[in-house]
Amino acid sequence: MQDPVDSSQPQESPQAHRRPQTSVETDSILVMRGITKTFPGVKALENVSIEVERGTVHAICGENGAGKSTLMKVLSGVYPHGTFDGEIEFDGKPLQFGSINDSEAAGIVIIHQELALSPYLSIAENIYLGNEQAKRGWIDWNKTNLEAGKLLKRVGLRDNPITKVTDIGVGKQQLVEIAKALSKEVKLLILDEPTAALNDDDSAHLLDLIKQLRDQGITSIIISHKLNEIEAIADRVTIIRDGKMIETLEMQSGEVTEERIIRGMVGRDLESRYPEHESNPGEELLRIENWTVHHPVDRQRKVVDSASLMVRAGEIVGIAGLMGAGRTELAMSVFGHSYGTNISGSVYKRGVEVKTNTVPRAIAAGIAYATEDRKRYGLNLIDDIKRNISGSALGKLSHFGFVSDPEETTVANRFLKSMNIKAPNVTAKTGKLSGGNQQKVVLSKWMFADPDVLILDEPTRGIDVGAKYEIYTVINRLADEGKGIIVISSELPELLGICDRIYTLSEGRITADVPRSEATAEYLMQYMTKYREVDA
Amino acid sequence: MSAPTGLETPPAEAPSTASPKRSGGVLSYLTGQLSQVGLFIALIVIVVFFQITTDGITLKPINVSNLIIQNSYILILAVGMVMVIIAGHIDLSVGSVVAFIGAVAGVMITKWDLPWPVAVVLCLLVGALVGAWQGYWIAYFGIPAFIVTLGGMLAFRGAAQIVLDNKQIAPFPDGFRDLGSGFLPTFGSTGYEPLTMVLGALAAIALVVSAFRQRLERRKYDLEDEPIWWFVAKQAFAVALILLVTVQLASYDGTPIVLVILGVLVVGYTAVMSRSVFGRHVYAIGGNLAAAQLSGVKAKSVTFWLFVNMGVISALAGLVYTAGLNLANPSAGNGFELDAISAVFIGGAAVTGGIGTIPGAIIGGLIIGILNNGMSILGIGTEWQQLIKGLVLLAAVAFDFYNKRRRAGV
Repeated sequence: MQDPVDSSQPQESPQAHRRPQTSVETDSILVMRGITKTFPGVKALENVSIEVERGTVHAICGENGAGKSTLMKVLSGVYPHGTFDGEIEFDGKPLQFGSINDSEAAGIVIIHQELALSPYLSIAENIYLGNEQAKRGWIDWNKTNLEAGKLLKRVGLRDNPITKVTDIGVGKQQLVEIAKALSKEVKLLILDEPTAALNDDDSAHLLDLIKQLRDQGITSIIISHKLNEIEAIADRVTIIRDGKMIETLEMQSGEVTEERIIRGMVGRDLESRYPEHESNPGEELLRIENWTVHHPVDRQRKVVDSASLMVRAGEIVGIAGLMGAGRTELAMSVFGHSYGTNISGSVYKRGVEVKTNTVPRAIAAGIAYATEDRKRYGLNLIDDIKRNISGSALGKLSHFGFVSDPEETTVANRFLKSMNIKAPNVTAKTGKLSGGNQQKVVLSKWMFADPDVLILDEPTRGIDVGAKYEIYTVINRLADEGKGIIVISSELPELLGICDRIYTLSEGRITADVPRSEATAEYLMQYMTKYREVDA
Repeated sequence: MSAPTGLETPPAEAPSTASPKRSGGVLSYLTGQLSQVGLFIALIVIVVFFQITTDGITLKPINVSNLIIQNSYILILAVGMVMVIIAGHIDLSVGSVVAFIGAVAGVMITKWDLPWPVAVVLCLLVGALVGAWQGYWIAYFGIPAFIVTLGGMLAFRGAAQIVLDNKQIAPFPDGFRDLGSGFLPTFGSTGYEPLTMVLGALAAIALVVSAFRQRLERRKYDLEDEPIWWFVAKQAFAVALILLVTVQLASYDGTPIVLVILGVLVVGYTAVMSRSVFGRHVYAIGGNLAAAQLSGVKAKSVTFWLFVNMGVISALAGLVYTAGLNLANPSAGNGFELDAISAVFIGGAAVTGGIGTIPGAIIGGLIIGILNNGMSILGIGTEWQQLIKGLVLLAAVAFDFYNKRRRAGV
């Protein structure tokens, strides 16, 4: 589209003279001091301080779950003043936001990864949604479209403002979001993973735009996993890990490399949070070859790009990838083509090609997939434990099409005990269980189906340390029974703690196949952030 | 493994109904059961109300008999409708299908001179085709059931008028008419008719025995949380209800044939919905479609057969209704879909799917039936009947919502 960002030598950008090496008494647009945010039982942020200089691009890095989004929610008023400790100073004044509206009024606009546009309204209508250009309650359409057109020009979009948002691509939608922010006279723009869903051209254009806006005096905070992009456009990087501010690096010094950032992001010690386990991998169980999946809507975009991987009997294999790398998409497309369009590639079970293009076929082929989103895709929350467990293999419990209640109860009771599910009895509704216990029900369901290969997508997301340990133990037990386990996780320590082998996934491609002995967080992160060049 | 769980949200509390054994727990137990009990209380209140206001006509033998015969079509439709609604769909076409099947039956029996049993079987097959037609668009084409069956509501009304050439057909042979208004053969000429009494007693015994067996099974797995006194009270109530109806019927013309049809439907479909794999899948796709599909449930096929089933049940309702009136009428069945849907929601089904029972729908249907019947006896105009039925539907669902929120709040 537009000129691609010149990512080769960012430290020589002409703005360099405006940024002193130390942050002593600079013109800060935003100062957050000692931010601590606690959720019941979890400290999401602990004494985080951050200072953003006016007219710069400030990147925030950290692993998934490090607390980046929480920090931005504190800043934008999603968590109102009083629900956290610490102070925020914006434009020299202390701020106490009660809601998102307050922060927007002050000139802080956050653009989330999931765009918040109304698909069937026009670009102009979306830009002025909630801020309609009206006279005495009647919308002035000429003014709306005219002003919208001007804003579109600023973000480099040449589409007609009356075009419906659904008719333009994700990349352009992102620009519409930015135009919307500009219409609110934004001073500080926060972009959460802005390029995660964009193709290379759109990403380049967006990064270019962020630079242009900086030169017009608009400060940006950008949250991104793509370290090459950060290297290309950020003036400073703040690294957050486990809810704590680790360090802020000056990018202009030219000494900060991707490796340096990675070290900051992952540098934590592995405690014995993982049960001891010695795997005994046997012969090849499942092999996926040249698996390619396209996005269900944006059909040109490859979400998974000729990925090949393999798991042996009794082996625990990890898939490491950052958000948007295509982990879940890979798993779900293999499991009954539950995601994506135009899927190609082959699946081999013990060397024989099998069809997995419907869920029943995938199950019949001995594959199970335990979802990362147990509430949406894993459980019937209004039904009880017993029926959720039996759900994927009712045939085993039924005679002539009728389910045997006693057998079902016996099975459910067995899992209640062996999985240590904490519930009054098997007729308790799964919607009332805690996250860890819900996850155990999901695992029980698939264990009851008795597959050969289990794909576990974020098996410990949102559950506490103790329950995690129990789930790791279960995973080890399943491997010892000779099953092949594929664990998808965004927590590197978890993968390093339980897997025999780890594949790294980046932009839908398998970038490395790392045995446990060679795997370190830094090493994996390097391959997880191995992107195609931003430069076209 | 005694891993710490301190970070988790508190595990599920045992339902408040779990341990009401202490004295003083009786009342709290009953309030915990309010949603279940409320339906019965509503039914009793309505019956008592009409019994008083109609000077005892409501529970007279002849009226009890009429009540069953006149409302059988709602109850039959409600059985199919509750399954559709549990799956998260709706069927607006059933009233028109009733008229259409009545028309087809009329033409087959009176114009083509087919023997009526053959016509009945053919009509049920036509019903299956109607359901397959709608089910195809809903299940495999993905068009919302609301729209497909709204189309069906118009189309099959039109089809009924075309088949009948916009005229009514009557009369029907006696054998066919018995489907709607006949009685089982009677024995003895005075007092209580023995066959009806025997059937009533058998039904009561069967109900108690099956309830008791279920209780034993639940006890065996240590799942029983229902106090014995409450179990006994419930069974006693059910037996009393059955016997009351039995005695009234026995002192009139005996057992209506539709009651037998209805009994078979209720028992059969209750078993299907509570114990069969198919029934489980219906609840699963209504409760969480995505999760069900990812568990390997063939949601499309389940939906398709659900509508085929609804078509057959609508056809059955059409046959019973036509036989009862002894008339095939192109405007028959107008608004039946609304009665059936109301019955299902009064009976505790959830608009969002996943929740509902056949016995609940039957009681909902009875509430509507008794309202219809009682208000007619009182000579209340149809305009007021509509208004009152509308308010009752709203009140029933509002009560259900209130109950859920109250329990969630505790």
